[in-house]
Amino acid sequence: MSEIVLSDVCKHYGEIAAVQSTSLTIGEGELVTFLGPSGCGKTTTLRMIGGFVDVTSGRILVGGRDVTRLPPARRNMGFVFQNYALFPHMTVAGNVAFGLEMRKIGKADIARRVTEALARVRLGHLADRLPKQLSGGQQQRVALARALVIEPTVLLLDEPLSNLDAKLRHEMKTEIRQLQKSLALTTIFVTHDQDEALSVSDRLVVMSAGRVEQIGTPREVFERPASAFVADFMGFSNLVPVRLDGQGRGHLRSGMAFAIDGARSATGEGLLALRAEHIALSRAPMAGSSNSAAATVESLTYRGSFVDYTVRLDDETRLQVRGEAQAPFAPGARAFVAWAPQAGTLVEARPA
Amino acid sequence: MNATAPVLLYRIAAVAVLGFIVLPLAVIVWVSFFSNRILSFPPEGYTLDWYARAWSRAEFREGLLLSLQTALFASLASLAIGVPASYALARCKFPGRDVVTNILLAPMVVPGIVGGAAMYIFYIDVEIATEVQLAGSLPGLYAAHLLVALPWTIRLVTASLIGVDRSISEAAASLGAGPVTVFFRIILPVIKPALIASALFAFVASFIDLEKSLFLVGPGRTTLQIAIVSYLEWNLDSTIAAVATVQIAIIAALLLITNRYAQLNRAF
Repeated sequence: MSEIVLSDVCKHYGEIAAVQSTSLTIGEGELVTFLGPSGCGKTTTLRMIGGFVDVTSGRILVGGRDVTRLPPARRNMGFVFQNYALFPHMTVAGNVAFGLEMRKIGKADIARRVTEALARVRLGHLADRLPKQLSGGQQQRVALARALVIEPTVLLLDEPLSNLDAKLRHEMKTEIRQLQKSLALTTIFVTHDQDEALSVSDRLVVMSAGRVEQIGTPREVFERPASAFVADFMGFSNLVPVRLDGQGRGHLRSGMAFAIDGARSATGEGLLALRAEHIALSRAPMAGSSNSAAATVESLTYRGSFVDYTVRLDDETRLQVRGEAQAPFAPGARAFVAWAPQAGTLVEARPA
Repeated sequence: MNATAPVLLYRIAAVAVLGFIVLPLAVIVWVSFFSNRILSFPPEGYTLDWYARAWSRAEFREGLLLSLQTALFASLASLAIGVPASYALARCKFPGRDVVTNILLAPMVVPGIVGGAAMYIFYIDVEIATEVQLAGSLPGLYAAHLLVALPWTIRLVTASLIGVDRSISEAAASLGAGPVTVFFRIILPVIKPALIASALFAFVASFIDLEKSLFLVGPGRTTLQIAIVSYLEWNLDSTIAAVATVQIAIIAALLLITNRYAQLNRAF
C-alpha cells in the first residue's frame, strides 16, 4: 500500500500562502505530475511530502499511515533532487550504498543490491568513479539508483530533467517512466515543462499561485483546460472574450457569432480557448465552415516548418494562427480564418 | 608577444609587489648565514654558528616549545568549538545570529595589544573576585590564544558550510540518516579541506602572536615571539635571522604538508 493522500494541506510563510489548502489522492503505482510555473507551490508541496518542509496545517498519509510530522529519515521515500545532490566525497557505489547502510543491512547484501541498482540504470562500469567525474545524465542515473535501491514506498522527483540537454532529457524521461512502470512505484514528478508532463504522467495536477487549478489525465488537461490559466499554460494561444447566448453560440464584441461545442445553454461572459494550429487561414472564404471570418494579417514569424501569424478580425479581435510555411501571407494581406466548433473550449473569464 | 603600455605597467607592478613580499624573507634567510659579528652588509663570510648560538639559548628553545604547544592547543580547541558554532551560524536561523557572528569574529579586528590588555585586566579582576589565578598561568595563555585562533576557524568553516548544498543533507536524510549521521558522514567529509585549512591558519595565528602573550605569559615563561623581541632589545646579530629562518621553515613546511592533503585554494 503506497497511496498518497493530501488532505487540506497548507503551507504559509508568515502572511504568504505558498500552498493553499490542497487535497488530492495519488493512487498506488500511479505517476502524477505537479505542473506549473515557478512559484506555483509545486516544489513546496513535494517537499512537504518528502518531509523537508513543515506542513502548516492538514495531513499527509502514505499507505494509510500519517507521515505529516515524521522526519524525512523515517518516511522511506526516494527523493531525486533537481541538482542530483550526490555526495561529492563518495564514489558512485558509496552513494548508492548509503541508504542501505542506514538500514543496517549486511555488507554482502549491500554489495549485491548496489550492483543490481547500478545495473538497472546501466552504470555498473562506473561504480568506482566520483560524482564529479560523471556527466549530467550519469549523475542523474546515480541519483535515481540511490533513491530506488532503498525500495522506497514512493518516489519523489523534483524537476529531475531540467539540468539536462534536450536529447538526454528525452532519454531520461523515457527511462524514468519505464523504471517507474516496471516497479509499479507510486511517483510524483515535479516540472514546469508541459511537454515532459504530458508524456510521462498518468495524471497531471496543474498548479498556480499555491492553488490546484486542474487535476486530470494529460488528454483532459491538454484538450479541456478547466481555467484560463491552464488553457494559457497548456498552449492555447488564443483566449477570446465571448458573450454566450444560451443557444450554443458565442458572440464577439462586434456581434459576430459562432458555434461552440460544449457551450450548450451557458450564458454570460466566457473565454473561448483556441489553439493557433486549430485555426485555418485561407485566401478565400471556406465553404461549409460555420465559424469563419475575414481578417487582416498583421505580422508573421517564420518558425521553420510553419509560420506563426497574428491576424486581426474586422472587430479588432486579434488571433494567433499557425499556417504552413509554403506560400505564406504577407503582412497586410486579407485572409479568412475558420475553425471547427469542437476546436474551441470554453473557460471561465479570469476574475478581474 | 607585443604588450601594450598598460599591460606592461601591470606586469611590472605585479612583479614589484611579489618582490616586496618575497625579498625581505629571502634577505633574512641569507643574513642568517653571514659571519659578520653584527648585522651588516656585505657578508664577510658564511657560517652556521648563529643557528647553534640560537639553539644554545634557553629562551629560544623553551619559547619555541611553548609556542608550538600553545598553537597546537589553540588550533585543536578552535576546531572543537568553531565547527559546531559555524554549523549553527551557517545552517540555522536564530535571533541575534549576526551579533553572534560578529562577536566570534571580533578578536580578528580588535588590535592585539588592546585584546591582550583587556584579557589581562579581566584575568586580574577574576582573580580578585575568585582567587583563581589566570594571569600568568598556562590555562590563561591557552584561553587567550584560543581567542586569537577562533575567528579564523569560524570564518573559514562558515564560508565553506554556506557553500555546501543543503540538498545533499536532505538527500542523506531521505535515505534514512538522522541529523548526527548527516553531520559526521556527509558534512564533515565534504568540508574537510576547510577544516584542515582552518586548523593551519589557527595554528599560525597563535604561533605568530606577540601582543596577547606579552601580557599573559607568566614569570619564567616565554613564547618564541617574546624571546625574539627581548633578544632584539640588547643584541643586533644574526641570531635573530637564524631564529626567523627556522620560523619561516616551520610555517612553510606546515603549508606544504597541508596542501598535500587538502588543496588549500579550495577551502576559501
